[in-house]
Amino acid sequence: MWKYILKRLLYLIPVLFGVTLLVYIIMSVAPGDPAKAILGDQATPEAIAQLREELGLDDPIIVQYLRYAKGLLKGDLGTSYKSKGPVITEIAARIPTTLKLTFSAIIIAVIVAIPLGVVAAIKQNTLFDGLSMFIALLGISMPIFWLGILLLIQFAQKLGWFPSSGAESWKSFVLPGIALGFHSMASIARTTRSSMLEVIRQDYIRTARSKGMPYNQVVTQHALPNALIPTITVVGLQIGALMAGSVLTESVFSLPGIGRLIIFSIQGRDIPVVLGCILVFTIVFSIVNLLVDLLYAYVDPRIKAQYS
Amino acid sequence: MEAKKHKKKGPIVEVLQRLGRNKTAMVGLAIVIMLIVAAVTSPFFYDYDEVIIKQNIPERLQHPSKTYIFGTDDLGRQIFPRIIYGARVSLSVGFSAVAIAFIVGGFLGAVGGYYGGVIDNVIMRFMDIFLAIPGTLFAITIAAALGSNIRNLIIALAISSVPGFARIIRSSVITVRDVEYIEAARAIGAKDSRIVLNHVIPNALAPVIVHTTLNVASIILTIAGLSFLGLGVAPPTPEWGAMLSAGRTYIVGHSYMTAFPGFAIMITILALNLLGDGLRDALDPRLK
Amino acid sequence: MDKPILEIKNLVVEYRTEDGVVQALNGLDLTISPGETHGLVGETGAGKTTTGLGILKLIPDPPGVVVDGEIYLDGKNVQESNEKEMEGMRGYDVSMIFQDPMTSLNPVMTVEKQIAEVYELHENIKEAEALKKSHEILELVGIPAARGSEYPHQFSGGMKQRVVIAIALAGNPKLLIADEPTTALDVTIQAQVLDMMKHLKEEYNTAMLMITHDLGIVAEICDKVSVIYAGRIVEQGNLVDIFDNTRHPYTEGLFNSLPNLADRTQKLKPIKGLMPDPSDLPTGCPFHPRCDYAMDICSKEKPPRVFRTEEHYTECHLYNEANIKEGGVIKRD
Repeated sequence: MWKYILKRLLYLIPVLFGVTLLVYIIMSVAPGDPAKAILGDQATPEAIAQLREELGLDDPIIVQYLRYAKGLLKGDLGTSYKSKGPVITEIAARIPTTLKLTFSAIIIAVIVAIPLGVVAAIKQNTLFDGLSMFIALLGISMPIFWLGILLLIQFAQKLGWFPSSGAESWKSFVLPGIALGFHSMASIARTTRSSMLEVIRQDYIRTARSKGMPYNQVVTQHALPNALIPTITVVGLQIGALMAGSVLTESVFSLPGIGRLIIFSIQGRDIPVVLGCILVFTIVFSIVNLLVDLLYAYVDPRIKAQYS
Repeated sequence: MEAKKHKKKGPIVEVLQRLGRNKTAMVGLAIVIMLIVAAVTSPFFYDYDEVIIKQNIPERLQHPSKTYIFGTDDLGRQIFPRIIYGARVSLSVGFSAVAIAFIVGGFLGAVGGYYGGVIDNVIMRFMDIFLAIPGTLFAITIAAALGSNIRNLIIALAISSVPGFARIIRSSVITVRDVEYIEAARAIGAKDSRIVLNHVIPNALAPVIVHTTLNVASIILTIAGLSFLGLGVAPPTPEWGAMLSAGRTYIVGHSYMTAFPGFAIMITILALNLLGDGLRDALDPRLK
Repeated sequence: MDKPILEIKNLVVEYRTEDGVVQALNGLDLTISPGETHGLVGETGAGKTTTGLGILKLIPDPPGVVVDGEIYLDGKNVQESNEKEMEGMRGYDVSMIFQDPMTSLNPVMTVEKQIAEVYELHENIKEAEALKKSHEILELVGIPAARGSEYPHQFSGGMKQRVVIAIALAGNPKLLIADEPTTALDVTIQAQVLDMMKHLKEEYNTAMLMITHDLGIVAEICDKVSVIYAGRIVEQGNLVDIFDNTRHPYTEGLFNSLPNLADRTQKLKPIKGLMPDPSDLPTGCPFHPRCDYAMDICSKEKPPRVFRTEEHYTECHLYNEANIKEGGVIKRD
C-alpha cells in the first residue's frame, strides 16, 4: 500500500513539470506582452525593452522555462512580474480562502447528496424521488454564477443575513459554499441514486434480506457501502470541478482567493503567478485523486487486493 | 425470465424505441431541436447589425411588455432576439469544440487503445498531464491567455475536452479489442483499419454518444462562465453568460435582464442532460 | 402424517411489466412434511425460483404480484404476515440457498460477518459470540475458521457456495430452500457440495425444497418430486412414482433428455421446441405445442388432475381414473 502511494507521488513529479511546461508554452505563444501589460499603454519602448530584459523575456521560451523549472526544483515558484514579491507569498495569502470555499462546498454537497440519493433510490418512482431528482437536475443545469447572484441579492443584500463580500468569518462562506456546492450536490445525488438502484437489485441484497434483516438495516449495512464506490469517484471528480467553479464563485462573491488571483494574473500576463496558481490547483487535485483511490481501497477489499 | 424470441428488431430501432418511450428524454430532445432551429434560423428573422447589436439608448431598460417581450437591456437592445441569437453562439461554439475534441481525442484514444504498448503509453502519459489540471480551469487559462474571441474560445474548449474523449474511447476500444469476435475477424485476415471501423467503433459508440451529449452541456456552461468573467465571447456578441453578467448591475429593479439569459442557459443544459440520460438508459437498458 | 412444514395452495404470481404480464405461477400446489426433501424440477423460466422467493415473501414488487393463493409456513400464513413477522421467519423458520454463489455474497463484507449477522438477528447475542458461532459453522461446511476474516473474492466458487449454505443453515431453519445450489459449480465440486448438504440436512433434520433442473440430483437426494411446467405442477409423486411410473409426457421428455450412461450409444431425445413465452401461454394444456401425444382437447381445455395413488398425480388429458393405474400410455425406449 505504501509502495503504491509512493509510486503515485513520484509519478506526480513529471506530471507537474509537464503541466508547467504546457502552461508556459500557452502563455508564451499567447498574444500580449507581459512588460507592456505591467507598465501600461503609456510606457516608452525603451522602458518596455528594459523590463523585458530584466524579466528574461527575450530568451527563447525553452530557456525561460528551464530557468523556471530549475527554480521549481528548489521549491522556488519565482517572482511576480507585477508585485515583485515571491509568488509563494501571494498564493499563501489567498489559498486559505479558496480551500475554505471548496471545502465548505463539498461538505454541503456530500451531506445533502448522499441521503437524498439513497432515499430517492429506495423510494424509486415516488413523489420524493421525482422531486429530489428534479432538484438535482436544476442543480446540474443552473450556472454557478447565476445561483450565486440570486443568493447574494436575496440573502445578503435584501435580508442581510450574510455578508455580501469578503472572507472574514464563517458566515462569508455560507452563500458561496451553497452556490458552488449545489452543482456538485446534484451530480453526487444522481450518481448515488443510480448506483444504489443497481446495488439494491443485486443477489447479495436478497441474501441479506433472506436472513431476516430489516430492510433499513439491509440498506445501510449492505447496500450503502457498495453504492458508495461510484459515488466516491464522482466526489473526486467534483473536487476538480469545484476548483474551477471557485474562480466563478470568488468573482461573484468578491472573495480574495486563488481563483480571482489567477484571472487577474492571466489578464496582466503575470506568468509566474499563473503558473503558481495552476501548480497549486494541480497538486491539490492530484492529491485529492490519490486520496479518492485510497478511499476506494478502504471501501472495496477487491481494489485493496490489487494494490498490495 | 426467458428472453423474447419473437419481435426481432435491429439494435438501432430498439434503442430509438426505448428512447421514444422515455418522456423526459423526449422533452429534452424537443428542446434541443428547438434550440438548433432557433440557432440556424435566427439570422433570417433578426438583422444582426440592426437588431442584435445596435444600441437604442432611448428605449433602454424597458420591462417585458407586448412590444418587448423580454424587455430591453441597458443599451436599449431587445433581450428576446439576443437570447435567440445567443443560442446560435452557444450551440455553434459548443458543437464545434466538441467536434474537434471528438476527432482529436477519438483518434488518440482509438490508436492508443487498439495498438497498446509504447504508443498507448506515450499518448496516455501526455493525456495525464492534461487531466491533472481540472478541466474547466484549463479552459479558462487557455481562453484567457489566447484572448477573447470565438475562435480562441473553441480551441480552448476543444483542448480541455480532448483527454475526456481520448480516455473514454480508449477504454471502449480496449474492452472490445480482445473479445472473441474481434479475434475471429483477425483470424480470417481482416485489416486493422477494417476491424476498427466495422467492429471496434460500433461497440464504442454507446458510451461516446452519451459522453458527447453531456460534454456539449458542460461546454455550453463553461462558455457562459467564461463570458461571465469577461474571458469568453466579447460584447456586443449576444452570449448568455455575458448578457447575464451585464445585467448584474441592474439586478435590483431590472431582474429580467439576468433572469432570461439565466433561464436560457439552464433550459439548454437541462435539455441536453435529459437527452443524455435518456440516451444512456436507451443504450444500456440493463440500468433501467 | 405430520403437520406439514410448508403448504402452498393455488399460488398465482404475475410479473407485470411494460412489455406485458408474465404469468410466473399459475396455481401451484406444494406440500412438504418435516424432514422431507422435495424436488422441484423443471426448465429455466418455469417458475421455480419464484416459488422459492414466494415462500420468503421476497418476490420483487414491482413487478411481481401475488394474485391468488395461500402459503403456510409452519402453520403461519405468509401472505397475511406483515414485514416484521416475515423478518422473524426469514433465516429462522425458512432460509434459502441462492443459485449463483458468485453474486450472492456481499463483496465488501467479511465472510464471517455475513454469517454472524444471522445469529445477531435471531439469537439476540453480541457480535463477538456471533462471530465465534460463525466460525463453528464455517468448519462444519468445510472451511477453516481462520478464513472467516477474508472477503468473498478470495474464495473459489465452491467455497463461496459453502459460505452461502452456512448462512442458510446458521439459523437452523425448519425449511431450507435450495435454488439450483450446484448449477454454477464444477461437476466435481457439485458432488462434494451435494454430499455435504445431504449430510447436514440429516444432521439437522431440516425439510428441504430442492429446486433443480437436474434429475440426477433429484434421484440422489429427494424423497418426493414435483415437476413444474409453465408455473404449474404437472406431475407429483415420490421418487419411485416419478422415476418408474412416469405419467406426464413432459416428465418423460425430461428423462429422455438425459444422457444414458449405461448405454452410451443411445441417442438423446430432447423435448422439441422451447418453453412457451410466459407472457403469452398457449391455451389449454400449456405443454400441448411440444407434446408428442397432443390431442384436440389439449389446446382447448385445461387438463384435470388425475391421481394414480394418494401421493402421485398428473395433470394430462391422456389419463382418467381408470387408465392411470395401468401403466399409462408412455413407453420408455
